[in-house]
Amino acid sequence: MATQSSRFAARLMVAPSVTVLFIWMIIPLAMAIYYSFRLYRLISPDRTGWVGFRNYSWFVNSPEFWLAISNTLLLVGGVLIITIVLGTLIALLIDQPVWGQGPLRILVISPFFVMPPVAASIWENLFMHPQNGMLASLALGLGMKPILFMENYPMASVIFIVSWEWLPFATLILLTALQSLSSEQLEAAEMDGASAFSRFRYIILPHMTRAITVVILIQTIFLLGIFGEIFTTTQGGPGSASTTLPYMIFKQAIAAKDIGRAAAGGIIAVILANIVAYFLMRGIGRNLDA
Amino acid sequence: MARAVSPRRKFLTTLAAWSVALIIFFPVLWMILTSFKTEVSAVASPPQLFTADWTLENYAEVWARSDYPRFFWNSVVISVGSTLLGLVIAIPSAWAMAFVPGKRTKDLLMWMLSTKMMPAVAVMIPLYLIFLWTGLIDTKIGLVIALMLMNLPIIIWMLYTYFKEIPGEILEAARMDGASLWNEILYVLTPMAIPGIASTMLLNIILAWNEAFWTIVLTTTKAAPLSAFIASFSAPQGLFYAKLSAASAMAIMPILILGWFSQKQLVRGLTFGAVK
Amino acid sequence: MGKIELTKVRKSFGDVHVIPSIDLTINDGEFVVFVGPSGCGKSTLLRLIAGLEDTTSGTIEIDGKDATALPPAKRGLAMVFQSYALYPHMTVRKNIAFPLKMAGMDQAEQDKRVERAAKVLNLASYLDRRPGQLSGGQRQRVAIGRAIVREPAAFLFDEPLSNLDAALRVGMRQEISELHQSLKTTMIYVTHDQVEAMTMADKIVVLHAGRIEQVGAPLELYNNPRNKFVAGFIGSPKMNFIEGAEAAKHKAHTIGVRPEHITVGDGPWEGVVGLSEHLGSDSFLKVAVEGIGTLTVRAPGEVGAHHGDRIRLAPAGKIHRFDESGNAL
Repeated sequence: MATQSSRFAARLMVAPSVTVLFIWMIIPLAMAIYYSFRLYRLISPDRTGWVGFRNYSWFVNSPEFWLAISNTLLLVGGVLIITIVLGTLIALLIDQPVWGQGPLRILVISPFFVMPPVAASIWENLFMHPQNGMLASLALGLGMKPILFMENYPMASVIFIVSWEWLPFATLILLTALQSLSSEQLEAAEMDGASAFSRFRYIILPHMTRAITVVILIQTIFLLGIFGEIFTTTQGGPGSASTTLPYMIFKQAIAAKDIGRAAAGGIIAVILANIVAYFLMRGIGRNLDA
Repeated sequence: MARAVSPRRKFLTTLAAWSVALIIFFPVLWMILTSFKTEVSAVASPPQLFTADWTLENYAEVWARSDYPRFFWNSVVISVGSTLLGLVIAIPSAWAMAFVPGKRTKDLLMWMLSTKMMPAVAVMIPLYLIFLWTGLIDTKIGLVIALMLMNLPIIIWMLYTYFKEIPGEILEAARMDGASLWNEILYVLTPMAIPGIASTMLLNIILAWNEAFWTIVLTTTKAAPLSAFIASFSAPQGLFYAKLSAASAMAIMPILILGWFSQKQLVRGLTFGAVK
Repeated sequence: MGKIELTKVRKSFGDVHVIPSIDLTINDGEFVVFVGPSGCGKSTLLRLIAGLEDTTSGTIEIDGKDATALPPAKRGLAMVFQSYALYPHMTVRKNIAFPLKMAGMDQAEQDKRVERAAKVLNLASYLDRRPGQLSGGQRQRVAIGRAIVREPAAFLFDEPLSNLDAALRVGMRQEISELHQSLKTTMIYVTHDQVEAMTMADKIVVLHAGRIEQVGAPLELYNNPRNKFVAGFIGSPKMNFIEGAEAAKHKAHTIGVRPEHITVGDGPWEGVVGLSEHLGSDSFLKVAVEGIGTLTVRAPGEVGAHHGDRIRLAPAGKIHRFDESGNAL
């Protein structure tokens, strides 16, 4: 494809971004590994020393740990399923001939522009609050008891809020993919006697595979690190009911002020992220080949 | 082209689509409405969509109680700065990967993207300490660097997919026409890639504007952007809904309006160039 | 001036030897066509000459000067690409002027040359349009215009007509030939279409698997193909190859008879007509001949033979003889 000189120029041009990203990744990671083997508590800063794997074993044996792992996966999986299923349905709806497609898109895309702390606080206070929230008033109006969202359904509430934030992203990508589907293909399928469901199953869905791949890939990257929404709403509670791995690490670092344990948790989170990334790339990475 | 649809069917789908869209948008709308209510009518039961005693007082009070212009300015500098710096580093890399691909280009791209998978919390303490030691803590330049690095993989990825759409033959034609590498990028590649670069820029400004972890961890007062501003307004006890809504509206309004106006380019950007 | 000389030029991509070793001389003012099936290395060879690919070894001389290591811009060649590769964001005028601008020519001279090229190519009224607003043929002309304004030592064409429809292709073919007549500049033209090669070339280079099978004037290749590959590639419809007893009569392993060199009527071969295509000017018949196989026959004018008819055929004209390895005897 290219000559020696352009290949050399190309290496030179890739170098800056590779270098800065490598530094950005490796130095904090190396420090986290170092701390993860150290006794390092901000409450007693003079007691230091090597502790081997004790920070790790504390973390893994903590009753919270497996809950946090499953909460993290629940959050990622739940949001992915909700946004992709709803996103597909909404995209199919908006793709129909309707009046005012432009303004419609503006409304649908809006949640994407709302920063996470604002999104979380709107939902928690204006809607899900057991006394003053709109949903509570609605329940009372219908003669029911208000639901205590953050107390009784903390994970579901968080998943719901995060899904609201990411729904526009999924919808718009799926809509773009849908609009690039040639109508001839659908007409051919109709001529072949395919029902509306069959057309969706055998023509539309395969056409959207690549778009769904993008949604899964990009959303997973962001969802694995979800933190602000939990911090604003449930604070990981009640108890540890909505504690995810990032939040558990945060609690160790800020509440317990145990840097060593937090660092060990961080390394575990990095390993988990790599496992997820590995399966993601194996499973769907090839859909991305241009 | 699509067949003609009966007006009745179009009416029904329009109704359905608008209902869904309004449900999705409702929380934002409700927040904006609440920001114009008095604290008493904000928590009125049953909730009122419109109230008679609408007021601008909440905005005035938020404005008076905090240094909004400084937070706003910090947000602008940090999001625009990190995006521009990111583009400067990313454009040559994306050019190289798109037009002089090697066997490892795909792996390199995936590796770059995977650096984003590392949960921020995992490296919170090390990064905090690094910023403390280097004096970057609570500075705009520090946040510009941090957010640039955070979004760099996304910027490179998006530009790469846009550049790949430009046929290689055109760049070869430029080379045959006597253009140097610099002229090739200046006269041929960049003009052709401007739409792609623009949507990359927009999306990254939005991502940086809404970033709410590092902007809170790495700042205290001087460099704190709007995400930190809103964090200081949380934990209201019922009676401060209107003020909370006003502060929220002030935090998201600039980017919401920018997003509305650039919706078309943005949708293209949102798809990360990977969906046509 | 545009003499191009390749000496022992090799090109490998990793372990794949696309061009094992080629020696070739292209004289000044010649119209040379590289022809061959896809994947034969003809485009790679053109790109090596252009400088868009590095040679693995060997030398490329342009006008007696070693150009092997020169970047494309410094070789003084112009190229017309298969996709035309016009700059979509520039007007036709700017597209054509681009190489002149890159050479730092002053504006007045640029304008003069663009106007002149536009007149030659009938583009004068389109100069302020963008490529997107032009038809395929017009885009093709702009690409040629961009090449001629530079007054290059040689033009390189990479399958320039393959994106045009059949009628336009014939027209553009003639235009390019006329351009060559008037400019008298060396042209190297790559195509997989042997009709283009036969009609345009002074000299045809037949390539197969990265090797030159034969170099020669069109009719020389038609009349005296050096081997079975060239014999089969040049000429349409394809030459009939016959093996076995019939070939042994001519003391050869294989004999080749062109479809136009078989007459219908009386003769030694008898067979049943399969497919028959009647074009008016010619008739093409596929005849299953006993003991020989299916022969393609091209008979002038209208022939009253249809599917299922039994007819007799006779070879009339040159019978090409080949040995076991396919070389002409």
